[in-house]
Amino acid sequence: MTNVRQFKPEEPWQAPEGEPIVRIDNVTKRFGAFYAVDDISLNIHQGEFFSLLGSSGCGKTTLLRMLAGFETPTSGHIYIDGQDVTNIPAYERPVNMMFQSYALFPHMNVADNIAFGLKQEGMPRAEREARVAEMLALVQIEPLAKRKPHQLSGGQRQRVALARALAKHPKILLLDEPLGALDKKLREQTQFELVNIQERLGITFIVVTHDQEEAMTMSSRIALMHEGRIEQVDPPRRLYEFPSTRYAAGFIGSVNLFDGYVIQQDDDQVLIQCDEADSQLLVRHSQPLIPGMEVTVALRPEKIRVLNRLEEEAPNQLRGQIKEIAYLGDVSIYHVELPGGKRVQFTQSNIQALAEQPLTWDEEILLGWSANSCGVLTE
Amino acid sequence: MKLSSHLPPARNLIIAVPWFWLALFFLLPFLFVLKISLSEPVLAQPPYMDLIREIEDGFVTIVVNFSNYQMLLEDSLYLSALLGSLKIATLSTLFCLLIGYPMAYAIARSPAHWRLPLLMLIILPFWTSFLIRIYAWIGILKGNGLLNNLLMGLGLIDSPLEIMHTPIAVYIGVVYNYLPFVVLPLYATLIRLDLTLLEAAADLGCRPWKQFLLITLPLSMPGVLAGAMLVFIPVMGEFVIPDLLGGPNTLMLGKLMWTEFFSNKDWPLASSLAALLLLALIIPFVLLRHFERRAEEAAT
Repeated sequence: MTNVRQFKPEEPWQAPEGEPIVRIDNVTKRFGAFYAVDDISLNIHQGEFFSLLGSSGCGKTTLLRMLAGFETPTSGHIYIDGQDVTNIPAYERPVNMMFQSYALFPHMNVADNIAFGLKQEGMPRAEREARVAEMLALVQIEPLAKRKPHQLSGGQRQRVALARALAKHPKILLLDEPLGALDKKLREQTQFELVNIQERLGITFIVVTHDQEEAMTMSSRIALMHEGRIEQVDPPRRLYEFPSTRYAAGFIGSVNLFDGYVIQQDDDQVLIQCDEADSQLLVRHSQPLIPGMEVTVALRPEKIRVLNRLEEEAPNQLRGQIKEIAYLGDVSIYHVELPGGKRVQFTQSNIQALAEQPLTWDEEILLGWSANSCGVLTE
Repeated sequence: MKLSSHLPPARNLIIAVPWFWLALFFLLPFLFVLKISLSEPVLAQPPYMDLIREIEDGFVTIVVNFSNYQMLLEDSLYLSALLGSLKIATLSTLFCLLIGYPMAYAIARSPAHWRLPLLMLIILPFWTSFLIRIYAWIGILKGNGLLNNLLMGLGLIDSPLEIMHTPIAVYIGVVYNYLPFVVLPLYATLIRLDLTLLEAAADLGCRPWKQFLLITLPLSMPGVLAGAMLVFIPVMGEFVIPDLLGGPNTLMLGKLMWTEFFSNKDWPLASSLAALLLLALIIPFVLLRHFERRAEEAAT
């Protein structure tokens, strides 16, 4: 997966002395007996493009709504730019939100929708009109200023919603599934624009999405949420390459999981006995593990290569038979059955698959991978 | 281009039913009324002269008589009756909206399982005859009625309040009777209001009372207009409530029409009153619709 950021973003979360723009402190939100958000603590820094990723019901929207001020935490505190906003109503918070349904005011035209928040803060007319013009230009909808929302296409409405939410120059922009209502083509194109606008304005964006590709593409960091808790917070690449939990590994992309136990721990690598694959797995890993500990090895399908011959006594090798082949255009996915019955998935780009001897059904093959390209999960 | 030629026949048939209904029970009777309004009153049965008269040898003349309309314009009684009706209709509509809007709003915002029972309470009075409900108000409002006895029993007043046979009694009766016609359409628009719009307004720095003024109220205008029309139009011609609750000096078109028609047996004059009332009601709404359409076209 690609990240569209043109430069490597600074990593403010690495600098512990910098005061975060958003500090979420042990926040819990309960609806009756249901914990929508369960004791979450999280720091988000100025200028980040931060994604809350998870499947529906994981609490990501509730967390966003608490940042906006539409829900009050059952316990815990939220600080924005150093100020405790836990009990401050939405209309007094220095944040703005772009709604999933866009929530454009149907009785106002585009320009009035964008000017709405500026009028509320009593901005003088001349300045207000200049700001509206600036916003219309930013999202490239100048000719639509006098249209009513019902006269706009879905993509145009999305731009108006973005312009309206940005008009007040908020400290933080909250976006609830910003691209959810767009079709696939438009969505891909808009991802780039959203990132460009965010980089240009330097405003912190906090995005809620269930679409992992969208989160991977746009974010500086992703918080993966599951059942009201945060599974992992990391930049997209780290989250993909080094998932820390089984859930994280399974949620982002596809993964092969091997259950086993530690048989040998060296300085920078660990050897794991995996009975279901009838093989030994070598993983380069800095996390200290105790021999005998039960762990899971995560291996991405695209990291597996087809070997020509078995290397005696070497780890990270599997023998199996191809059972399924799925052709996806750019890549093909192969399902390989190991002698013990376990299935392993691997992918091969088609430029490679066609150049060599093509793999076919029921073919016996050898698979291998490097110790750098897999990770150990302990939970 | 004729629209109907592009429609499938089954659809035409369905549209034809209400048109037929309107033509048979609204347009046709109105044409009768119009005809009678242009005739002369006579002492006969029916008490008006036919417009079409055969003189002799198959010669036919049509005699159109505008004197009824002339009389309506010349005698100030009719103008003041029109103004009286306008005043009562306008003020009652206003009162109905002022009382009905908070009611509709409260029902629309109450928990879902409360809404149906509350709506039932609004509709419940319709299960009793209209006349019985108005007579009940006589029992409440009259000199030694429920209200006066209660207030005197509590020691709040020494002598009975004179409400019966005053305009106040008419307002009470009209507002009470027409309130559901305001609450129901308002409820229908308020329940459909997308509450995210209010969140969006709050998010942009709008306080709750301004959210109501800038978002809820403008978006509920269709309901306000529908409710206002459902009150204003029938109250303009209302006869029973002012007759039963109002005094002799409550001057309204409906009452006047009744007097002309039944007491004075002047059918032509009563008919011309009816025709004028219809015009007075239709013209503003046609104009309103026209300007609305203009505004819509200007926006596109």
